[in-house]
Amino acid sequence: MAWPLGGHAGGTVIPPEFDYLRPHSVSDAVTELGRVGEDAKVLAGGQSLLPLLRLRLAYPTALVDLAGVGELRGVRQDGDQLVIGAMTTHHEVLRDPLILRYAPVLAQATATVADPAVRHRGTLGGALAHADPAGDLPAVALALDAAFVIEGPDGRRTVPATEFFSDYLETAIGPGELLVEIRVPALGPEWGTAYEKFNRVAQAWAIVGVAALVRREGDTIAEARIGLTNMGPTPLRASAAEAALAGVSLHNGGIAAAAGLAAEDTEPSADLSAQPDYRQHLARVLTGRALRAAAAAAS
Amino acid sequence: MTEQLDAGFVAEQIAEHPEQLDAPTAERSIGQPLRRKEDRRLITGRTRWTDNITLPGLLHMAILRSPIAHARINSVDVRPALERPGVIAAFSAADLGEELGVLPCAWPVTPDMVHPDHHPLATDEVRHVGEAVAVVVARDRYAAADALEAIEIDYEPLPAVTDMEEALKDEVLVHSDKGTNKSFLWPFDSGDYDAARAEAEAGGGVVLRRRYIQQRLVPAAMEPRAVVVEPLTEGDEYTVYTSTQIPHVLRLMLALTVGMPEHRLRVVAPDVGGGFGSKLDVYAEEVISLIVARKLGRPVKWTESRSENFQATIHGRDQIQDIEIAATRDGKILGLSVDLKADMGAYLQLVTPGVPVLGAFMYNSIYKMDALRFRCTGVFTTKTPTDAYRGAGRPEATYAIERIMTELAHELDIEPMELRRKNWIRHEEFPYTTIAGLTYDSGNYEAATARALELFGYDELRAEQQARRDRDDPVQLGIGISTFTEMCGLAPSRVLGSLSYGAGGWEAATIRMLPTGKVEVVTGTTPHGQGHVTSWSQIASDALGVPFDDINVIHGDTRSSPQGMDTYGSRSLVVGGVAVHLAAQKVVEKARRVAAHLLEAAEGDVEFHAGTFSVKGSPDARTTIQDVALATFAAHNLPDGMEPTINADAVLDPENFSYPHGTHLCAVEVDTETGRPTIRKYVAVDDVGTVINPLIVEGQVHGGLAQGIAQALYEEAVHDADGNLVTGTMVDYLIPAAPDLPDFITDRTETPATSNPLGVKGVGEAGTIASTPAVVGAVVDAIRHLGVTDIRMPCTPERVWRAIHSGGDGGVPAASGTIAWGGPQTATTAGGAA
Ligand SMILES: Cc1cc2nc3c(=O)[nH]c(=O)nc-3n(C[C@H](O)[C@H](O)[C@H](O)COP(=O)(O)OP(=O)(O)OC[C@H]3O[C@@H](n4cnc5c(N)ncnc54)[C@H](O)[C@@H]3O)c2cc1C
Repeated sequence: MAWPLGGHAGGTVIPPEFDYLRPHSVSDAVTELGRVGEDAKVLAGGQSLLPLLRLRLAYPTALVDLAGVGELRGVRQDGDQLVIGAMTTHHEVLRDPLILRYAPVLAQATATVADPAVRHRGTLGGALAHADPAGDLPAVALALDAAFVIEGPDGRRTVPATEFFSDYLETAIGPGELLVEIRVPALGPEWGTAYEKFNRVAQAWAIVGVAALVRREGDTIAEARIGLTNMGPTPLRASAAEAALAGVSLHNGGIAAAAGLAAEDTEPSADLSAQPDYRQHLARVLTGRALRAAAAAAS
Repeated sequence: MTEQLDAGFVAEQIAEHPEQLDAPTAERSIGQPLRRKEDRRLITGRTRWTDNITLPGLLHMAILRSPIAHARINSVDVRPALERPGVIAAFSAADLGEELGVLPCAWPVTPDMVHPDHHPLATDEVRHVGEAVAVVVARDRYAAADALEAIEIDYEPLPAVTDMEEALKDEVLVHSDKGTNKSFLWPFDSGDYDAARAEAEAGGGVVLRRRYIQQRLVPAAMEPRAVVVEPLTEGDEYTVYTSTQIPHVLRLMLALTVGMPEHRLRVVAPDVGGGFGSKLDVYAEEVISLIVARKLGRPVKWTESRSENFQATIHGRDQIQDIEIAATRDGKILGLSVDLKADMGAYLQLVTPGVPVLGAFMYNSIYKMDALRFRCTGVFTTKTPTDAYRGAGRPEATYAIERIMTELAHELDIEPMELRRKNWIRHEEFPYTTIAGLTYDSGNYEAATARALELFGYDELRAEQQARRDRDDPVQLGIGISTFTEMCGLAPSRVLGSLSYGAGGWEAATIRMLPTGKVEVVTGTTPHGQGHVTSWSQIASDALGVPFDDINVIHGDTRSSPQGMDTYGSRSLVVGGVAVHLAAQKVVEKARRVAAHLLEAAEGDVEFHAGTFSVKGSPDARTTIQDVALATFAAHNLPDGMEPTINADAVLDPENFSYPHGTHLCAVEVDTETGRPTIRKYVAVDDVGTVINPLIVEGQVHGGLAQGIAQALYEEAVHDADGNLVTGTMVDYLIPAAPDLPDFITDRTETPATSNPLGVKGVGEAGTIASTPAVVGAVVDAIRHLGVTDIRMPCTPERVWRAIHSGGDGGVPAASGTIAWGGPQTATTAGGAA
């Protein structure tokens, strides 16, 4: 990800002027968003939004800070689903017993996000709403078949992950709407998961990332789900590889053959950190590694 | 960091130096791992960073910079900015006119060097992204930043030229009035290289040629630059606080640049958070702040943002090195030829042209040979100017020679370390005058290498490398070698003069003995993280016999430390620290005279040891240097005719450079599936002569290694073909942090320098100079059996992967092919009948 930096006032890294609003409930937040109109921006942890403001790549008239909205924080169980509040920080995700038990891949990927300072401020909801294709969590949410609960002036609606990430930095969250919670199906012990991130320094964004979820039945893979980070403008599922994995034995070349399909139908971008062909190569290598690690983690 | 951790580390250091335990502090401070006096305030930030300085009525300045690499400025209209809230003034070059002067370059390396005018604010053209065009001064920094957007500038874009070889065609001119993009050609010949080459060819030897690329780097000091200018109400007098390495040089240069009398300028470098050479300069913002403060009659502050730091502070390296080595079949080097192209950027900053030229003396490194040919061409491009960056010329030279030595070893089928051993200056040959004309006073390459090989487990790792190759392991192992030296302690003034540098290389120190026996050491060097306060205290403590804690060190202010040449080129200890030692000796001699008088003894009978004067043969007749200081202050009873002071000054002009050296070994694992190189083991054995404080030396080595490894594996300032810096933030310009670096295994051999009384050599740049070739050498070594002989720096996983799969140096175009990369173009010619 490269930020264009001209000699404009963004060089001072001082944001343009904005109003600051701090509601204490979701409904107040929605009201504020409606009052300010299209030029309002939701502020969560600020770890993606503030750099954009400082570089003067965004000029919102008001920021609606969700930090005071307690109901958006925390993780609970609702039947066979985990419900994660949008304002749950990366740091909290890493330590949450429900997530560690029922959706460990979320913690595995979150552990690779940035550094402790960023993880203390940044939120799961913010990372998903921002939908940076290089972000680690969108692909994980996609692989988890997460559902996104969005609230706006017309009430609440739930959007499946397949419809949530619509384009580069774009999601199904409409103007005046908030992401409230993320619902993920709880995975049983027959599932093993892994997140393989490839970056150049520990704190850097992913060049490519692969989330693998494997359900084992003895020595065969009953079901596999693979989420790809940074292999296109949105997070992707490696569908061809997933299909090839159903019923494959752990002990012959099945995983390798399926991993070879991981880059099918991807059109990754060219940027400073990689050319498309290298990204596709990495997706195949990392998928193989993630699948093996995930299969080993399943019981 | 917790107290316990620190204490543990110190205890460990002490355990490593048990010889110091039996001596009282005042007797032997040198060599002890004392904790740095300055760390608490520097680390907590509760100190005088320039940006922390506030003054009554302070105004804030923001700078509008060019978003375009090359353009004609048709008009600048700052008036709309004046309407914005909180704005006091706004200026373009036209408003400040001649007052701003022209920024200096102090190193005209050739008499006919093309030296274009460098205006602090662009006048008719902008020539790199980030060049300052206009300023706004406001009541606070937010108002100033907002008002920048109101300034109207009409730019007419001109073509950019970012590639040196393209620039040398002179099709696109950076300075059209100069008619060429070539700034200078600096030739140096010693011996007859053509004859050496002919001898190699005729005798069945080898002539090997390589092209190495030194990518552009961003120094990225932790503290960006900042300036506060305070006009004194009494008249046309100014105090300039600035985050600089060179307050003394800067005062002179500012006076000359803006035509202000030198005695009316005071320059202060408060605490400075790193520089790495990037604050060894006279910057536009320093001049503009001064002139604006003068115009407005009010104090003005400018603080650089990280984004500005990327674009407007100098860059480092950016050279193309064509190097050729001629050797006999049995591995004796006959001669070396280097054709260097050095990117100056758009303008010449303070020592821009001198940096690559300084490298000339280092290409031959520790090796003996009959001939050296060096050509350096300085080239203008539409990019940020380059200048000194940690090592300045020497890392580049060391990289090229160490890389090609290993290539030569493979060409000749000689073990790479064996080839070095065959050619290096043997311990018994010192002092040795090299082919470049420098006289290395001392060195022991055998000892440093033996220790490094032992710590590294060289033979075991070579065996493992072979085993991995044999079983075609997806993870391959490589070993890189760097047996380096450097020239430090800039510098003998006469040598600088012969290289056309504008100033000398001496350094000044003053010791003030206070009446209570406490000591003020005044130094002309300017620490910006190196711990001079601690080391200079240790030197003075030993020389005077005064406790370490009773000594303070004053620096960085032209008023309180009036004379100095400042800090760069690993010079502070070797020149400035030794000056402290010499000044202390003078204090002792003066004090001895007073002591003799007080003790009623002949001066020749008074001995000095650990702060105590005693009379030979009468053990009870004694006094301390503290008592002498008080007696001198009272001055009631001094020898006839003696000035009532034992304070002393020393100004040292070094007789020679110093030559630290060492052997660094690096083992790198390459994951051939992804191309990722990972450092597995790094051993650095450095010989920096006498060690004043092992903690500080260790810190300098660690930091230096991190920076050298960063060049090898991570960092690169990339411009697109339009001259935009596309790695303009920390997201794209990758600086490694602790998790990305291995545990360093460090050790030292101690061969004291013979050119100064302390035997010190300097350590500020050693790690940076040595490590880059060791790391890249190891990456290449890991995949050499796959036909790879070079990887372009930084060795990114993608480049390594491409080199494995398609040969070449892995140079790939990035970002939709708009980025200019030179081709690999390596050629090998093996002459004669093999
Ligand atoms: C140095 C650094 C390194 C990083 N490295 C990584 C990395 O390696 N991997 C990675 O995945 N991420 C990385 N990040 C991003 C990090 O994960 C952020 O926390 C995340 O992208 C955004 O979360 P946030 O809570 O800070 O959101 P904010 O920055 O506050 O908001 C981001 C966007 O989402 C919108 N938004 C936020 N919350 C909501 C909501 N509830 N409803 C509607 N819209 C909302 C905002 O309006 C804004 O447009 C890095 C960030 C930094 C600063």
